[in-house]
Amino acid sequence: MIQALNDAMDVMMARDPRVLVFGEDVGFFGGVFRVTDGLQARHGRHRCFDTPIAEGGIVATAIGMAAYGLRPVPEIQFADYILPAYDQLVSEAARLRYRSGGEFEAAITVRSPYGGGIFGGQTHSQSPEAIFAHITGLKTVIPSNPHDAKGLLIAAVEDDDPVIFLEPKRLYNGPFDGHGDGPLKTWAGHTRAEVPSGYYTVPLGKADVVRPGGDLTILAYGTMVHVALAAVEASGCDGEVIDLRSIVPLDIDSISASVERTGRCLIVHEASRFSGFGAELAALVQERCFYSLERPVMRVCGWDTPYPHAFEWDYFPSPQRVGTAITRLLARD
Amino acid sequence: MSGIGLHVPEPGARPGDEPDFSHIVVQPAGSVDCPPHDADEHELRHLAFDLIRVLDDDDHARGGWNPRLDPDVLRAGLEAMLLTRAFDDRLFRLHRQGKTSFYMKSTGEEACAVAPSLALRRDDMAFPTYRVAGWLHARGYPLERMVNQIFSNAEDPLRGRQLPILYSARDYGFYSLSGNVGSRFGHAVGWAMAAAYSGRDQIALGYIGEGTTAEGDFHEALTFASVYRAPAILCVTNNQWAISSFSGIANGTAQSFAAKAIGYGLPGLRVDGNDFLAVWSVIDWAARRARAGLGATLIEFFTYRAAGHSTSDDPTRYRPASEAAHWPLGDPVERLSGHLTAIGEWDEAREETLKAELAARVAAAVAVAEKVGTLGKSKPPLREMFLGVFKEPDWRLTEQMRELGLEEHD
Repeated sequence: MIQALNDAMDVMMARDPRVLVFGEDVGFFGGVFRVTDGLQARHGRHRCFDTPIAEGGIVATAIGMAAYGLRPVPEIQFADYILPAYDQLVSEAARLRYRSGGEFEAAITVRSPYGGGIFGGQTHSQSPEAIFAHITGLKTVIPSNPHDAKGLLIAAVEDDDPVIFLEPKRLYNGPFDGHGDGPLKTWAGHTRAEVPSGYYTVPLGKADVVRPGGDLTILAYGTMVHVALAAVEASGCDGEVIDLRSIVPLDIDSISASVERTGRCLIVHEASRFSGFGAELAALVQERCFYSLERPVMRVCGWDTPYPHAFEWDYFPSPQRVGTAITRLLARD
Repeated sequence: MSGIGLHVPEPGARPGDEPDFSHIVVQPAGSVDCPPHDADEHELRHLAFDLIRVLDDDDHARGGWNPRLDPDVLRAGLEAMLLTRAFDDRLFRLHRQGKTSFYMKSTGEEACAVAPSLALRRDDMAFPTYRVAGWLHARGYPLERMVNQIFSNAEDPLRGRQLPILYSARDYGFYSLSGNVGSRFGHAVGWAMAAAYSGRDQIALGYIGEGTTAEGDFHEALTFASVYRAPAILCVTNNQWAISSFSGIANGTAQSFAAKAIGYGLPGLRVDGNDFLAVWSVIDWAARRARAGLGATLIEFFTYRAAGHSTSDDPTRYRPASEAAHWPLGDPVERLSGHLTAIGEWDEAREETLKAELAARVAAAVAVAEKVGTLGKSKPPLREMFLGVFKEPDWRLTEQMRELGLEEHD
């Protein structure tokens, strides 16, 4: 997935001189996760460069560049560190077009490694997508595989709205089904690891039914897509797993169509539960599919604690926890 | 008292006290040297502690910073400053009559907006604060458009989405304003970096208040400007007051905001903000430096906020009522008018005629806007509330429009 993301930026930098990539350690070194590796060598220091350690300044600079007409793709080294830039994203990027009557807009794509499962503790594991989804004017994208990662990132860079692009870092080097003690897998041989060369897009706001089924609907994104698939396989049920791919824009039609058919809905995300994005999904499903629902909508999420280090696999939604929820949703009265 | 204890700074005078500006050292006009614009930063450091002034007490222009402007330019500056004042006075009264929700005047600071607006190019960009409407007045922005926004009426160019006076005027080199202070200072640097990247010699001018220099945005902007040698002019309008907090709450015992530049390796110029010629001159100097690829300059406009912070503020609650009259650097309009008179290019009769003309222009613009409607009497079509959030409204906005009884193509 690292290569796919790198390729997306490489393609866009070659196609469009307005595309600049910058952030902490992204230049000569190529980023702490190597996602920008080689971009400086290929496209020049003026197009891919290191920044001071100032997330607010990075995003402010990007917005100013976008106001000029460029298409900056800044990186925030970890999503945990994006909070100093939150004011810029909320008060400026999200509202610039609205408040200026369309005179200026912030076509920026803020990339950031995100999520847990790497023993990163409190400050390298969080999943802050809900605080962006709540801010109207921002788009929030979370890929779950290399193919989508490249196509979604290209679509994000071309999008005229500000996009928060959250990259599940546990998926950088391979799929992860949530078994923390299991062997490491690489992307080799995975169906969604085949990444076409050159330019292509995966449109924002189009969910992907990664496993069709009739028993229940599981809504997931990022790493949890793989956890949900593992849990469905283990349970032996015919569960439908939907990879949302972007939570804003949200593919509400695919969600409604599936839940109306299955009558059962489970939401899985890594972020803590209370006021998480799952709450919005649950409300939407209830509003739209109430008369199709056979069971209350369920959520399996991180607990409402800070991200713990020693308790990573107790916190992380495991296939077992997802499986328990599946069993409850499918139980006969 | 000395020794251990929490120190909380207090201004020299509070309501009921005699105004006290004894701490301000006013250097004679013309006494500060004017180094070449391409001088090394380390040769410029004293300028951050001096006070660059051109107009002396007898209304003559003195010294190396005298920009030697054509009298026509000076008259244009005077007219724009007088227009700013006439507009402010009229709109402030309209607020008191309940015709809008909010207004902010720039009284006493008009030179800090008008001189840069006239000195810079049309393809440069200002990243303004809410007290630089003079920028727009200097460039002939249509007055009725401003009033329409202030009334949030059907002709509001910002479609009823933004507070009065938080203008956006791209074609006039005026970036979108917002009520959050400081958060656009870094945009100026980003815009300037983009201009440099694009190989153009445009520059960005960022404004920030002295109170807001305490925000991280200020320091991050200076860091980025320094690191990437951004062609930007970063201006601190030190008008002594951030709502009710005097400048010491932002700066402690340090007297110079320009001196903050030194730590970033940038030139810092401290200038008499009520001296139109001096403001013009430092902007021109910094612009030539930036266009030569030598990077950003930090400028402190040393001035005084003669009016309240906004229509919601009563400054007599926290500072002596007569403080403005004691401000040692005078009034920018009177000083420029005095200079034009001193050089035989202006007189009282012309000024009275001009003031009457400007008042009539403002009144005419207000009349046009009032015909469209004042706040609450007229507003843009309701669908404007939902447009411009995203490039294209997503399903939830479309559904919410329908919920409010709007069809997508209303």
